[in-house]
Amino acid sequence: MQKVFERPKSLNDKPFHYCPGCGHGIVHRMMAEAIDELGLHDRTIVISPVGCSVFAYWYFETDNVQAAHGRAPAVGTGLKRANPDSIVISYQGDGDLASSGTAEIIHAAARGENFTVIFINNAIYGMTGGQMAPTTLVGQTSSTSPYGRDPKFAGYPIHVSEMLATLKAPRYIERTSLNNVANLTRTKRAIKKALDMQNKGEGFTFVEVLSPCPTNWGLDPNESIDWMESSMMPEFPLGVFRDLKSAEVRS
Amino acid sequence: MKVLMKGNEALSEAAIRAGATLYFGYPITPQNEVGEYMSRRLPTIPGGAYIQAETEVASINMVYGAVCTGRRALTSSSSPGISLMMEGISYLAGAELPAVVVSIMRGGPGLGNINPEQADYFQATKGGGHGSYRMVVLAPASVQEMTDLTVLAFDLADKYRNPVMVAADGNLGQMMEPVELKDSYPNLYNHSEWALTGARDRKGHTITSIYLDADEMEDYIHKLYRKYGEIERVETRHEEYLTDDAEVVIVAYGIVSRVVRSAVELLRQEGIKAGMVRPITLWPYPKAVLRRLADQAKFFLACEMSMGQMVEDVQLSVEGHRPVYFYGRSGGNVPTPAEVVAAVKQRM
Repeated sequence: MQKVFERPKSLNDKPFHYCPGCGHGIVHRMMAEAIDELGLHDRTIVISPVGCSVFAYWYFETDNVQAAHGRAPAVGTGLKRANPDSIVISYQGDGDLASSGTAEIIHAAARGENFTVIFINNAIYGMTGGQMAPTTLVGQTSSTSPYGRDPKFAGYPIHVSEMLATLKAPRYIERTSLNNVANLTRTKRAIKKALDMQNKGEGFTFVEVLSPCPTNWGLDPNESIDWMESSMMPEFPLGVFRDLKSAEVRS
Repeated sequence: MKVLMKGNEALSEAAIRAGATLYFGYPITPQNEVGEYMSRRLPTIPGGAYIQAETEVASINMVYGAVCTGRRALTSSSSPGISLMMEGISYLAGAELPAVVVSIMRGGPGLGNINPEQADYFQATKGGGHGSYRMVVLAPASVQEMTDLTVLAFDLADKYRNPVMVAADGNLGQMMEPVELKDSYPNLYNHSEWALTGARDRKGHTITSIYLDADEMEDYIHKLYRKYGEIERVETRHEEYLTDDAEVVIVAYGIVSRVVRSAVELLRQEGIKAGMVRPITLWPYPKAVLRRLADQAKFFLACEMSMGQMVEDVQLSVEGHRPVYFYGRSGGNVPTPAEVVAAVKQRM
């Protein structure tokens, strides 16, 4: 009998610890598929962040390292510079990357470090219990913005992809979403493209994924998809913000 | 062949010859010569890389990533920058990673100044970062030792999979002395059992410091402390000077030990039986030596370029058997031999 669908080699069979409706497990699988399809398994090192995905290393059958909050791009820099033949994936959430780790992500991007960052944006802190994130929308309630994020006191959400696209060195920056099948396909394609570019030594690649967090949004999984489409996607428009071959940048 | 080198440059060259061809750092006085030296040398070495990090927070985390591959890497900084590295040092200890951090201490607290001090002793030896961990701390007293102890730091880091700090002060970083370096210092340690080199024909390796379960975390901490106990037993280093018949024992490390050596000689000329203990490892601390000398000495004097930080370790070591006094200078002032002699006589 022919197998038509199977678990990627780079993903083990441990059940995900994530909540129902969460996007982390979907993206983990896409990463594992991309790693397998590109034949990168033997060289891949995944960096787990601090946040709900702190245990991402439970699932990847690759080499793994857990990094301090926000510091994954610095850890990735060390890993990649020490072993340029490795494939380094920094997997980070929005509290980790867009708050604690703003310096690290901006400077890794500015240096054009040849690794890939997968940035999960769910507009909230997950593991610590639904606090306001740098990506929390104006008016969005959270456990530390119980009256809704008020820009007078808490400012506005940070658009990381757009911000990184002001830098010269990054080669590929795309924002995708997990709201429907078409966008899931785009997300997988973006992750695979980023890893392929890294493998070819193109430079810094960044995929931002809008991802649902039903538990901390206080919505069920279906309502969460609706909220992503009605509120998140207008604030964080999908699209390719940078897509350059190295030759184009040098000129 | 001896060559005349500045402390900061000598330790950099020693690190390179010990195989640390990866350097991550951020400018801060008085250790800038380390980064500048590395930025000249490392790009000319195959596989070498110099990266000027965005912060000291990033520097130490770049080291964290680099040493995960099993290679040797170095970072260096001075007091305010070392404060920023404390998070990373705790993670290095928690993940059992071999890393070497050079600390060229300057005046503090706050921005302080760029003069030499030894006021980061607590930070280096008592934690600084969070959690139950220990870091080996080596204290050179000459430019030659800046190189020798840097090489030793890499060996101890690799042997025990633990962060090791070379803690010197601004004087040692800036001063020039003749120094003899070997062509290379072999790395005897193989990290293929745990290093992240890609899961080729083996199971994936994982480096982490998180243990959610209380018993699992406690077991892990106990494992770390068994290692720290072994380091205390095997790696404690010190130097004694004229202690055989010493009735006054002065304890000093780093540059201050050279002042104290002169003070001991002056005291001896006056018929006062003085001696010196110089801790070379600030952690583990040479407690047993001081405890032994407590049986013969009338009193101890800790002499430091701080308001008295190591003095507490001297007190703990002599266990109340003898009085322990303190003499120190701060702000970048270096004690003179005459001052130390006067401090001893005052206690006679």
